[in-house]
Amino acid sequence: MNQMTNSPMIELRNVSKWYGQFQVLTDCSTQVSKGEVIVVCGPSGSGKSTLIKCVNGLEAFQQGEVIVKGISVGDPKTALPKLRAHVGMVFQHFELFPHMTITDNLCIGQIKVLGRSKDEAQQKAAKLLDRVGLKAQAHKHPGQLSGGQQQRVAIARALCMDPICMLFDEPTSALDPEMINEVLDVMVELAKEGMTMMCVSHEMGFARKVAHRVIFMDQGRIVEDATKEDFFGTPRSERAQLFLSKILSH
Amino acid sequence: MNYHWNWGIFLEQVKGGDETYLDWLLTGFGWTVAVSLSAWVIALTLGILFGLLRTVPSKALVALATAWVELFRNIPLLVQMFLWFFVVPELLPADWGLWVKQELPAKEFFTATICLGLFTSSRVAEQVRAGIQALPRGQLMAGLAMGLTLPQTYRYVLLPTALRMVVPPLTSEFMNVFKNSSVAFAIGVMELTFQARQMQEDSEQGIETFLAVTLLYFICAFTANRIMAVIETRTRIPGTIAGQH
Repeated sequence: MNQMTNSPMIELRNVSKWYGQFQVLTDCSTQVSKGEVIVVCGPSGSGKSTLIKCVNGLEAFQQGEVIVKGISVGDPKTALPKLRAHVGMVFQHFELFPHMTITDNLCIGQIKVLGRSKDEAQQKAAKLLDRVGLKAQAHKHPGQLSGGQQQRVAIARALCMDPICMLFDEPTSALDPEMINEVLDVMVELAKEGMTMMCVSHEMGFARKVAHRVIFMDQGRIVEDATKEDFFGTPRSERAQLFLSKILSH
Repeated sequence: MNYHWNWGIFLEQVKGGDETYLDWLLTGFGWTVAVSLSAWVIALTLGILFGLLRTVPSKALVALATAWVELFRNIPLLVQMFLWFFVVPELLPADWGLWVKQELPAKEFFTATICLGLFTSSRVAEQVRAGIQALPRGQLMAGLAMGLTLPQTYRYVLLPTALRMVVPPLTSEFMNVFKNSSVAFAIGVMELTFQARQMQEDSEQGIETFLAVTLLYFICAFTANRIMAVIETRTRIPGTIAGQH
């Protein structure tokens, strides 16, 4: 599990964000190294999803800096589409494009953003669909797949772009319990291959299995940023202890 | 009722001419279809454009599109016809105004088409805006997150789904265009309603005239309705409620 090098892939420096008067993020700083898997957890409304969306500029922030592989996300001169093309993102509600077949969902970004030929894109799509076990669904539309299948397609769609890192925004929280594992299995495999991952998730089993570090957020602040062992063994903050006792008690 | 029914009137010659009344009505029908279809092309193009502009991040563009919609939505269509016909040429630079008034061929037709097209575009824009805003915000994010630019995200992700959703309300607008085109008679377009009034006065067979005209309008609107129903079926997305097989 030690493919980490010292160059941070993602770096957040004192990021703060407001919606009008309301501060959603306060002074958030952390780093994600190449090959590192970070799980971000915390109660709802704590700013986890907002934080992860700052990484690829889907959410703007007013203070601080986000740097992805040396490029400043908040800099108005940064070409965000170019940066985002190499930062994969998986959403809670899958967000596949309903009017396209599964294959077209996997090809659109490759063709329109990366400029790949249709043939090349389709070959890549087929390869990745096979990898997530959904080759047989290639011609279908997203609405004809189960939630778990859709989320695996969404992961494959992100991987088609050859991302340098992957962001997961609660990838399993909209799924039926039986479908959670098929998605987590794909994520575990990715983590083991050395993909840099930042995952907003409450799947503590997943965190125990593959995370290197766990970030705990509360009321827009990073309250705890610890190695997996420290976080589960001896969480320092009371809030994190309370949170863990609640979600791990069953 | 002492009305003297005469269903043969349509084949009789008009007073002082060699056409039949049927010829009059069919000419009118032709202009109605011409005005309506041309106006629909304008309405659809500008309606989609301004509808989507009402949903973009730029406040200036949103304000522009909102102003467009409110301008054409808050003035009665009949008044807009008169404005375009009598007022707008006066507001143009003198040379242009003169050209419009004296040399523009079929100026009643062009004026009515533009007027009806712009009026309808404001209504189409509202439907399109509602369609885009009904999409989950995640769709926009997913498009942007894979590196598509905002225009690309609209083109490949948002509009294809939003436009499918608004086919039913757009069907009503398409039918309305045919019905609203009757207002064009007020500025002298020789469309169906214009011809009907002329026939009524000329033949004194008002009931037959307007029943025939009713039927012709019904055919227009109903055909529009059927065309849109075919489009609706053809563009259904498999795996959605509407697209279940």
